[in-house]
Amino acid sequence: MRDFEYGNPSSLKQAIALLGANFDQAQVLAGGTDLISLMKDYIVTPRRVVNIKGIADLRGVHESAAGLRIGSATVLEDLFERPAPLHPFPSLRTAIAGVSSAQMRSMGTVGGDLLQRPRCWYFRNGFGLLARDSQGRSLVPNGDNRYHAIFDNAGPAYFVSPSSLAPPLITLGATARVTGPKGSREIPVAELFRTPRDASEREHTLGPKDILTEILIPARSRTLRNATYEVRERHVMDWPLVTASVALRMEGKRVRQATVVLGQVAPTPWRSQAAERALAGKELDEAAAAHAGDAAAQGAHPLSRNGYKVQLVRVAVKRALLQAIA
Amino acid sequence: MANIAWPPASKRGLIGKSISRIDGPEKASGRAKYTYDQNPVNLLYAKMLTSPYAHAKITALDTSEAERMPGVRAVYVFNGVGKEVNWEGHEILAVAADSEELAEDAVRRVRVEFQQLPYLVDDADLALATKDGRTRQLGAETSGDPAAGFQQAEVTSEGNYAIPVITHCCLESHGSVAQWAGDKLNVWISTQNVSGAAGEYAQSPDLNVPASNVNVDCQVMGGGFGSKFGIDTWGLAAAALAKKSGRPVKLMLDRKPELLMAGSRPSLRGKIRVGAKRDGTIVAWDSDSWGTGGMGVVGIHGLLPYIFRDIPNRGSRYTAVRTNTGPARAWRAPNHPQACFLTMAALDDMAAKLGMDPLDFFLKNLSLAGERAALYQEELQKAAELMEWKAKWHPRGDKTPGPIKRGVGLSIHTWGGLGHDGYCRTTIHPDGSVEVATGTQDLGTGTRTVINIVAAETLGLPLDGIRVEIGDNKYPPDGASGGSTTVGGVSSSTRVSATNALNQLLAKVAPALGTTPDKLEAVAEKIQVIGDPAKAISWKQACARLGTTPIVAMGQRNMSLISSGVGGAQMAEVSVDVETGVVHMEKMVAVQDCGLIIDIKTATSQVYGACIMGTCYALHEEKIMDQQTGTCLNPNMEFYKLSGLDDVGDIVVHMMTDPAIESRGVIGLGEPPVISPGAAIANAVANAIGVRVPELPMTPERVLDALGKGEMA
Repeated sequence: MRDFEYGNPSSLKQAIALLGANFDQAQVLAGGTDLISLMKDYIVTPRRVVNIKGIADLRGVHESAAGLRIGSATVLEDLFERPAPLHPFPSLRTAIAGVSSAQMRSMGTVGGDLLQRPRCWYFRNGFGLLARDSQGRSLVPNGDNRYHAIFDNAGPAYFVSPSSLAPPLITLGATARVTGPKGSREIPVAELFRTPRDASEREHTLGPKDILTEILIPARSRTLRNATYEVRERHVMDWPLVTASVALRMEGKRVRQATVVLGQVAPTPWRSQAAERALAGKELDEAAAAHAGDAAAQGAHPLSRNGYKVQLVRVAVKRALLQAIA
Repeated sequence: MANIAWPPASKRGLIGKSISRIDGPEKASGRAKYTYDQNPVNLLYAKMLTSPYAHAKITALDTSEAERMPGVRAVYVFNGVGKEVNWEGHEILAVAADSEELAEDAVRRVRVEFQQLPYLVDDADLALATKDGRTRQLGAETSGDPAAGFQQAEVTSEGNYAIPVITHCCLESHGSVAQWAGDKLNVWISTQNVSGAAGEYAQSPDLNVPASNVNVDCQVMGGGFGSKFGIDTWGLAAAALAKKSGRPVKLMLDRKPELLMAGSRPSLRGKIRVGAKRDGTIVAWDSDSWGTGGMGVVGIHGLLPYIFRDIPNRGSRYTAVRTNTGPARAWRAPNHPQACFLTMAALDDMAAKLGMDPLDFFLKNLSLAGERAALYQEELQKAAELMEWKAKWHPRGDKTPGPIKRGVGLSIHTWGGLGHDGYCRTTIHPDGSVEVATGTQDLGTGTRTVINIVAAETLGLPLDGIRVEIGDNKYPPDGASGGSTTVGGVSSSTRVSATNALNQLLAKVAPALGTTPDKLEAVAEKIQVIGDPAKAISWKQACARLGTTPIVAMGQRNMSLISSGVGGAQMAEVSVDVETGVVHMEKMVAVQDCGLIIDIKTATSQVYGACIMGTCYALHEEKIMDQQTGTCLNPNMEFYKLSGLDDVGDIVVHMMTDPAIESRGVIGLGEPPVISPGAAIANAVANAIGVRVPELPMTPERVLDALGKGEMA
């Protein structure tokens, strides 16, 4: 691990002042479950690491008329252990439970889950976020891409967004507060993510001097029927192969409005408007859920080894929908 | 005189009982000191520079910048300029520094230039490997007339099957701590060969140390599974760096180098044809198989078909493929799990084609299984009872509505397990305390406990009446622990040594009891006239008669106490989600014989561990190589997947312990139960979903592909 400076600010203002003009100069440390591994493997080598867990304002869960506010440095286990605020959001609860082990949940933070780097094995083995060889060709299409993207994968990015919490948060209409040197702004959680188009871009929209400070799940989302379904090879300590999160505004047995977001299938959390359209106005039963699953799989472009994920999209969406109305 | 023969069941107080391992509390509480826990004063940490390429020539190597870094103390080069490195992870040099981080940073400051050379890292495409000149046919066997056999066959089943390269994944990685005291070398090393390691150090011209000056210490271990027989380049490096720097050096492998270079299990792929009569009698076999174990020419020839060696007409060919991957090492039951999977899957497919219950099909054909046929029959029947096979088995493809399909599958296996040669020394002190010492090692299997049980039983003492000393080469030499040879070796040498010591004691006390030694026995902390507890003196009183001189007696492995050759039957029950391809283990039944069992509990634990290890390679494990970069894509515990507790299901173990089996003496157990799980689980999956998943591990991808739901691009 390269030597680095360690900043331990007690206020957000101090923390932002300690950040640099680019990510090589400084990186934010929260739970450290991912950053430290990346540093030990020399995948990222920041000159300074800024710990934000000492900033009291960034931790905690608060319910208000506006909704549920979750500080970005809140540890997942703290959120998980408080069933009352999460009660309306089984979708989020399932996603947190899926972050295993208990040790990971006890160290890892909400912001850390949202902003963790992709797990693409070419990236993690030192071939860069865009997984290119020395001639600049992507290694993914002709390589082992069993865990890579099936949507939005025309290149140069083929990795998948690994966040467990983003799909449920996006379906619940959550917003993210981002604070930088010029003040703070509130954006939909989906807008934290982007598909990089070249090596100068990252998979997140945050600038090097920005800190994700808070997530707000609006109060109106409490009445949404919602669920997350994750397909996993192993029961615990494994990444989902595909995740589907759904949130439904119901009118009796009919779906008035649906939001369907997939995880682990694209460089960003992947919203499936085709599935949403397939559900709108429909009475939700097994056939309608399966139909929505098929719709969600439309437009997938599997690579050489990840065609199975198309089937997993179908079944994950179907099962999430049926769980939401169960 | 006491006799070395194992006591009959009626006279056993400890042997064959269920006894917890004696070092359990130390391990569970963290007091046990593993190699990594050894921290002599002034310790340095070493890290290795290894090849990032699958094949390259080193054209330049400059360590000066690294050596100038403050805190960097020594550099040791294995492969310098002009040498070729043949796989990602091939050793180049090691650096010792004041901290692990500094050592790693220093490794990265070494300037090394490579001329990259052509490579192949994947053996799946045999034609490509052949074109590349990387293949060698190792074994071609023919017996009977295969062509005529297939003509006679009324039903022929054909399939392709594959099991990939995996690694050992010892919980404790490889490594050592080396410390010099003048011209003496002390090493703490995680090794399967405590007594043999000194000789390896002595062979190095860089160390220039006679074996007699090397002390090897390995009190506890986190597994070896066949990967830790040698001191390895990294063991040599720790000692050489310690010598150069004049300070102790610790070199333990991280998980990445561990997975890249510390051993792998060869793959096996092949096309198999089986011919049978409509009544289920197998009449013909033909297999064309290949596999890779890295750059060495290793092979699985001679093991296909597995167990059913007496199929009248059979042909088999095996081709070894050289790939630029980390070298193969013995992996728990070398070659058997691979051969077992290919054979039992092919036979299970034949049973399905015949519409037969595979249990009936296997039972029908056991006459082709050689000398242990009757034992397999008994074991299969016992396993069927514990699995409730007849109630659970159904023809291929569970017809239950819904996505969850259940199925059962079976397999049988065999192993040798003859105890290795070795020595043990028993010392009886005048105060009645006893120590038993042998230069063996406890890989985590319970060896220390087994020695304790045998010595205590022999001397009529409780377990805590004996101090067991192992894991140090100052004790009488014992063999390497591999191939299930330890328990036979140490139980017999301990029995002989303790009996020899006891006989000296009996000779001392016989006059006081007014009898001769042959009329005496050691029972319940007493020396007594056989069958007459009234005529006795306590153990302590007896030992007090030694005056000031302890009794010391040696013992060597004794063939009358041990034997070789076991069978085993396993059955697996799975549920498979046919919409997601996720396989869930419901239950494993493992029925196993291994002669006389010293400790039922540690023996049963061995079988549990084997079933878990087998579940890992059946469902998750695979060393994934990338031909574009020549690198391993999953050298970590994140994507090199092993089962977690929730993934293993119920495991039911039944040890065969009837008097006929026990009369064979002690036989090793480490390997056999890990052979069948891949086959049994794969057959259970086929039974559940109605089609064969031809390649392990059976990941959701492969299960969905087999079901035709994979949507290949």
